Amino acid sequence: MSLQRFIHEAISPWMKNEGPDSDIVLSSRIRLARNLEEHTFPVVTSNEDAEKLLNDVKKQINPTTSHRRFGDLSCLEMKSMDKNEKQVLVEKHLISPALAEKSPYGASILSEDESLSIMVNEEDHLRIQCLLSGFRLDEGLELANEIDDWLEERFTYAFDEQHGYMTSCPTNVGTGLRASVMMHLPALVVTQQMNRILPAIHQLGLAVRGIYGEGSEALGHLFQVSNQMTLGKSEEDIIGDLSSVVKQLVQQERAARESLLESSNNHIEDRVFRSYGTLAYSRRMESKEASQRLSDVRLGIDLGMIKNVSASILNELMVLTQPAFLQQYAGEALSPDERDQRRAALIRERLQLEAEKNQD
Amino acid sequence: MLCQECQQRQATLHFTKIINGEKTEFHICDVCAKEKGEYIPGSNSFSIHQLLSGLLDFEQPKHYSETESKQRARESQCESCGMTYRQFAESGRFGCVKCYETFKKNLDPIFKRLHSGNTTHAGKIPKRKGKDLHIHRQIDELKQVLKEKIDQEEFEEAAELRDQIRSLQQSLDEKKEG
Ligand SMILES: [Zn+2]
Ligand SMILES: [Zn+2]
Repeated sequence: MSLQRFIHEAISPWMKNEGPDSDIVLSSRIRLARNLEEHTFPVVTSNEDAEKLLNDVKKQINPTTSHRRFGDLSCLEMKSMDKNEKQVLVEKHLISPALAEKSPYGASILSEDESLSIMVNEEDHLRIQCLLSGFRLDEGLELANEIDDWLEERFTYAFDEQHGYMTSCPTNVGTGLRASVMMHLPALVVTQQMNRILPAIHQLGLAVRGIYGEGSEALGHLFQVSNQMTLGKSEEDIIGDLSSVVKQLVQQERAARESLLESSNNHIEDRVFRSYGTLAYSRRMESKEASQRLSDVRLGIDLGMIKNVSASILNELMVLTQPAFLQQYAGEALSPDERDQRRAALIRERLQLEAEKNQD
Repeated sequence: MLCQECQQRQATLHFTKIINGEKTEFHICDVCAKEKGEYIPGSNSFSIHQLLSGLLDFEQPKHYSETESKQRARESQCESCGMTYRQFAESGRFGCVKCYETFKKNLDPIFKRLHSGNTTHAGKIPKRKGKDLHIHRQIDELKQVLKEKIDQEEFEEAAELRDQIRSLQQSLDEKKEG
């Protein structure tokens, strides 16, 4: 398979669009947890029951089902996929590791552009997930609500006045809403402000974690910021509170970038181009180094130092250089040693594509 | 504050765990939390449920002596899915909708702690399942306006509102009978 075609299949179409503030907020995600009244929750349910629920869902949403906003929907069943295929979906953030590993009757109802994934038989019966590029939580909520209403016409939800949407885990009860954004915050990390900011965000009732790696050492300087509380506030307020913190982080990251440029332009430029050179010529690359170098290059693109390389290269290669993707591209299982070689080769090839693109 | 495990990174997770009635405070960084495989809020792993189960154990009614409270906890079992309070406390997850009813007494303190003091839903109401609730909320709102109109001595509008409320109320009553 050519790299171009592989990328075409590997990268969700929604990722290719740019959104507001996409220099810092790479993507926005909305997740709604829903359960059906008649069934026990997936955590205690029998395989028989889980299969019945999946069949009910398939009856309602079959291959011919189409939604006016999301288009045709397809159903991917966990039991008909191998381990690596499932892992690819995890690395694309379309399903959770729990669904891939622990749900024999799990499934994902996917829209064609993969911006919508409804997980079936995860911790809750249904988990609606909408993914959008850039900073678009409001739009994400609107879309998720629309799918939610559409599902409610077909299924009777577990809902009561006091608890709202009843979920398997008490941390999700009420709105069942988890809203999150993926942010690229290299300047805040380099200027060592992240250590100060993280506890403050925690205190506001929000969670921050590295998307690859943890804490302030998040690989690729990528952080996920999300709401914790789901009960006692409206969906709009939850998203409003999260958004205002995200806006502040965006401003602070921009300010940190500016002050870096002023105080140490030459150092930053050196770092950016060293990383570019390393990515373009290395023969071996561990995923940790790859993510750091990719983050530097992305920063260089955002600061206008590197021209002619697409900004989407960071998100794209962060996904493509994960183990399951490397194995899928290779068409075979790879040892960690082989992966490091393949990873370096794939990145070189990908940068080469950019260069060719610019010659046309 | 530094992480108490590695003494290197900033602690980002702070919580209190009750072990044998002794309160112990934990301050650890995300890296160590992950290595220990527990206590990571927001992640889908066991972690959150282990953290929760510490909390749930603690939430048993305090005015019973220990053995009595344990007995009581053993007794309360969900009729619908068979889950006991102990199992709920250990797994940190409900087995079904009825569990909410069965363990009701113990839930408010848990919700309060997890959701900044809140125990009642204030968000979306599903169109079909929550139809009555929509009408209830509408009636409440109209009653509020009605009160204002009466205070302002706008009786004509008040009368109209009263009719509206009455017909909404009727539609609810009819449904109950039907
Ligand atoms: Zn530590
Ligand atoms: Zn139950």
